[in-house]
Amino acid sequence: MDAVLDFLFGPLKEIWAYPTFFVEVVVGGLLTGVMYSLVALGFVLIFKASGVFNFAQGAMVLSAALSFVGFNELGAPLWLALVLALALMIGLAFVIERVVLRPLVNQAPIILFMATIGVTFFIDGFFQMLWGEDVKRLDVGIPKDPIEISGVLVNTFDIVAAVVAGTLVATLAFFFQSTRIGRALRAVADDHQAAQSVGIPLQTIWVIVWSVAGIVALVAGIMWGSKLGVQFSLALVALKALPVLILGGFTSIPGAIIGGLIIGVGEKVAEVFWAEKIGGGIEDWFAYILALFFLMFRPQGLFGERIIERV
Amino acid sequence: MIYREAGQYKTSYAADQAIFPILQDRIGLAILLLVAFVGAPLVASDYILSTILIPFLVFSVAALGLNILTGYCGQLSLGTGGFMACGAYAAYKFATAFPELNIVFVFLLSGGVTAMVGVVFGVPSLRIKGFYLAVATLAAQFFLIWLFTKVPWFVNYSPSGVISAPPRSVFGFYVTGIEATSHAKYIFCLSFVALLALVAKNLVRGRVGRAWMAIRDMDIAAEIIGIRPLHTKLLAFAVSSFYCGVAGALWAFIYTSSVEALAFDINRSFQILFMIIIGGLGSILGSFLGAAFIVLLPILLNAGPTAMGAPLSTSTIAHLELMTFGALIVFFLIVEPHGLARLWQIGKEKLRLWPFPH
Amino acid sequence: MSLYRFGSALLGAAILAAPMALPAPALAQANEQFIPSLSYRTGPFGPNGTPFADGYLDYFKMINARDGGINGVKITYEECETAYNTDRGVECYERVKAKGPTGATAIVPLSTGITYALIERTAQDKIPMLTSGYGRSDGSDGRVFPWMFTLPATYYSQMDAIVQFIKSKEGGALKGKKISYIYHDSAFGKEPLPVIQRLSKELGFELSEFPVPNPGVEQKAIWLRIGRQIRPNYVIMWGWGVMNPTAITEAAAVGFPRDKFIGVWWAGSEQDVTPPGDAAKGYMAANFHGAGKDYKFMRDIENTVLKPGQGTGEARHVGTVLYNRGAINAAMVVEAVRTAQERYGNKPMTGEQVRWGFENLNLNPQRLASMGFEGFMPPLKTSCADHEGGGVVRIQQWDGKKWNWVSDWIEPNRKMLREMYEAGSAQYAKEKNITPRDCAKQS
Repeated sequence: MDAVLDFLFGPLKEIWAYPTFFVEVVVGGLLTGVMYSLVALGFVLIFKASGVFNFAQGAMVLSAALSFVGFNELGAPLWLALVLALALMIGLAFVIERVVLRPLVNQAPIILFMATIGVTFFIDGFFQMLWGEDVKRLDVGIPKDPIEISGVLVNTFDIVAAVVAGTLVATLAFFFQSTRIGRALRAVADDHQAAQSVGIPLQTIWVIVWSVAGIVALVAGIMWGSKLGVQFSLALVALKALPVLILGGFTSIPGAIIGGLIIGVGEKVAEVFWAEKIGGGIEDWFAYILALFFLMFRPQGLFGERIIERV
Repeated sequence: MIYREAGQYKTSYAADQAIFPILQDRIGLAILLLVAFVGAPLVASDYILSTILIPFLVFSVAALGLNILTGYCGQLSLGTGGFMACGAYAAYKFATAFPELNIVFVFLLSGGVTAMVGVVFGVPSLRIKGFYLAVATLAAQFFLIWLFTKVPWFVNYSPSGVISAPPRSVFGFYVTGIEATSHAKYIFCLSFVALLALVAKNLVRGRVGRAWMAIRDMDIAAEIIGIRPLHTKLLAFAVSSFYCGVAGALWAFIYTSSVEALAFDINRSFQILFMIIIGGLGSILGSFLGAAFIVLLPILLNAGPTAMGAPLSTSTIAHLELMTFGALIVFFLIVEPHGLARLWQIGKEKLRLWPFPH
Repeated sequence: MSLYRFGSALLGAAILAAPMALPAPALAQANEQFIPSLSYRTGPFGPNGTPFADGYLDYFKMINARDGGINGVKITYEECETAYNTDRGVECYERVKAKGPTGATAIVPLSTGITYALIERTAQDKIPMLTSGYGRSDGSDGRVFPWMFTLPATYYSQMDAIVQFIKSKEGGALKGKKISYIYHDSAFGKEPLPVIQRLSKELGFELSEFPVPNPGVEQKAIWLRIGRQIRPNYVIMWGWGVMNPTAITEAAAVGFPRDKFIGVWWAGSEQDVTPPGDAAKGYMAANFHGAGKDYKFMRDIENTVLKPGQGTGEARHVGTVLYNRGAINAAMVVEAVRTAQERYGNKPMTGEQVRWGFENLNLNPQRLASMGFEGFMPPLKTSCADHEGGGVVRIQQWDGKKWNWVSDWIEPNRKMLREMYEAGSAQYAKEKNITPRDCAKQS
């Protein structure tokens, strides 16, 4: 019993003894959480508008980043590479809508989910064939130096990432709340048939949503790519976004951000202070346990829409 | 013309409720069992047995397990890999702790242990639904893999954390370890699979299966007509995990014969999920067809260009393979969203009328 | 219904698979040596697997073009994509093992997971397995593992060499110093743990261990602890794939000096230091062969393979660390065949004969010179009991453009390592009921 108590509360003493370090861990967790949110946002957008859990989001992050770096290596300046990569992602959205979503309209969510898995394999193969499987360096000029703010170490890169994510969320929120297209998107999300009957073109909306998700993927790809290098493993960061998504709710944009922050801080604090005694490397499952804990109280995610069921 | 039930009368309830009410099906089954048990081992090469048929059988068991949970009971699970790992490590512990214990019991026991673990991780399903439930099973996935990597007791303190199957025999034939022939392994695996498939089929068409399907189709309504959700869902988790556990044990002991926890990572869970969706949710046959699709297709795609001597670079072939695989998944879903099992069923309906379409 | 349906699925599978059952076109007694390549060009480790596979094949092409094969026996090869998956690796192995006039010459799995899965299979099929710098360290004990070859060095040797290097940098004593060990949480990363734990006790340095879950895209927690709290004198890393650039970036992010950071030789390639850019300057890694193109055999590859446009992959991979590692692996296989031919005659060698060749490999300076390997790798000599054959390790440092040597060849503590190999292999032999060979009786 003592051992258990010591395991649970021992690290608290450590936190008390080194408050600056604790603050550093929390800040580090918050900033990592923001990076998770960037990826989670793409999932939320598509789920919100079409009820599809888009397994291909990770592959889209990879393909966007690959194209961006690829165009850049071909000699295009950064801005042009950005424009070209954006165009490619929008083109991809068109193709996916036409080839995959339209023939599968009105199918169960799980079928569409499976279809996005097919899309994942295809995109992975196609873009790696196009740009090669090499590790590519991505440098958009974001400084990566550590700086100390009143004794707390933070990294400039992480700060920039947080700013980018904040801007992105603000823009998306504005887009959804206050533009014509945004309102149409929300209408489609609420009820496909009703939206269609008031004259909202479903297919156009889907193309727009997938394009926006592609743009978000490009931003996430650039941020993660400058950290890890652009290579296949970028597609795997999607796994880190899953608990964020579940915790925040599949349908909420602010949820993706708040969820990211909670998961980021939770897993970092657990890993740094509690993991050592039980062997380390607990981040992955801890994120899910944390999400599970929150779900026990709110089964639809922190900000998800309430599911009301009638017999 | 050949395949029809006209003239086959049932004179008892037992005959009416048989798994195969149609004579042609029974004959077909007998022939196919014969082919599987006698023909395949005689004809197939070592390569086909040990790298195509055995993994196909192992995956079929895992897919059966997941299909019971997801296809019949409607509970989405992404923890299959974790449960398979659980079965593999439990089997290793049983086999090394009790060397005299027959390997069949080792596998069944490891399935039992996995069933208990599955029940624990199934508890949140009472409150959480749909994609959100995936989190509970994902927690199982990551936690179990972490546990088996971290606790040296599970691997008998081997420093690398890799377990490898000790040699064991059934009826005097080695089925695991270095002396086991691929034929012995195949027959052993096949018997296991045939038995488990029979049990699964009978479970899902009985009272238990009906309760599962009622929960799947609408849990509130099911509760009102007197099905206990707690009991039913946990039973589904238990049975499903039992199958996954046995699959994991078969994987570690019969197929690769040495395994580290990473072999059962999240990608394995997704792979099994692909199988049941492609094969057909809520169909025993679908589990087999899906497993065949996912196991065979990459091998065929990989062997195809090499056999034809295509003048492409190897990395291009590897990428083309991925693309074709993805495109085929989408293609099959568009042709038949309810999976390959449904295609088969449609085929049979057509065959009944053939050659007179009306 | 199920069994019937299942059976039909099975039959379908058999029909589909039937064409593959046919044996490769009968090349009865063709004067060819078949060497398979289990490679991975896709998946998370594709960027690392690609240059290795290119170097591996280019070396064979060079031998064919320059010498007309090994003593007149032409090398044939086939690539099989494993995607670093153990199950696909096993499938590939079974597919290629019986091809060619004498079957697969040797297997180079390039994955610790696949290595473990193939240990028993290769022993049964009598095909030697070369795991250069990965896999099971105790596989060096040829008495228990006759079919496994770990030359030129194992993880155990490497860990000991790295610690020796740190010791020399720290003024000859490690007492009271701190070393952190970051590792990929798998068989690969756990392999050298016994060595560093033992050294920590013997040399008196304080060891902290940090497992990184696969794939390792997120390491902030670990690096905060290392860089801000423990502040070790040195960090040693066992990483592969995306884990490496991430670690270097995070080390820079917490301001941990990169010239106190040493990676395993799988964390010492251009692919690992390119993404972090300037942050990687000063980062060190172990190696067992040279980098760059300035060796005679590389010029031969350049002239006979690349110039005629026969190169397997992209030209910019040539001369990178992993490309050269592919080449050195290929060279070991070729030399084993050559050695076997000295005894069995200049014809295609079977797996058993190649095994003898591997076991009696003596790459002395003259032999290395004739291979064009001068300055590329140190001499090496294997025996029945010692399948590692030399095991010297060198440390290289990245200066932002290329790798430079910063140490001489370091000889690991053979006595301690041998003792550990034998303890490990004895346990394996006991589990598997293997009676170790008596090496005194081997010819």
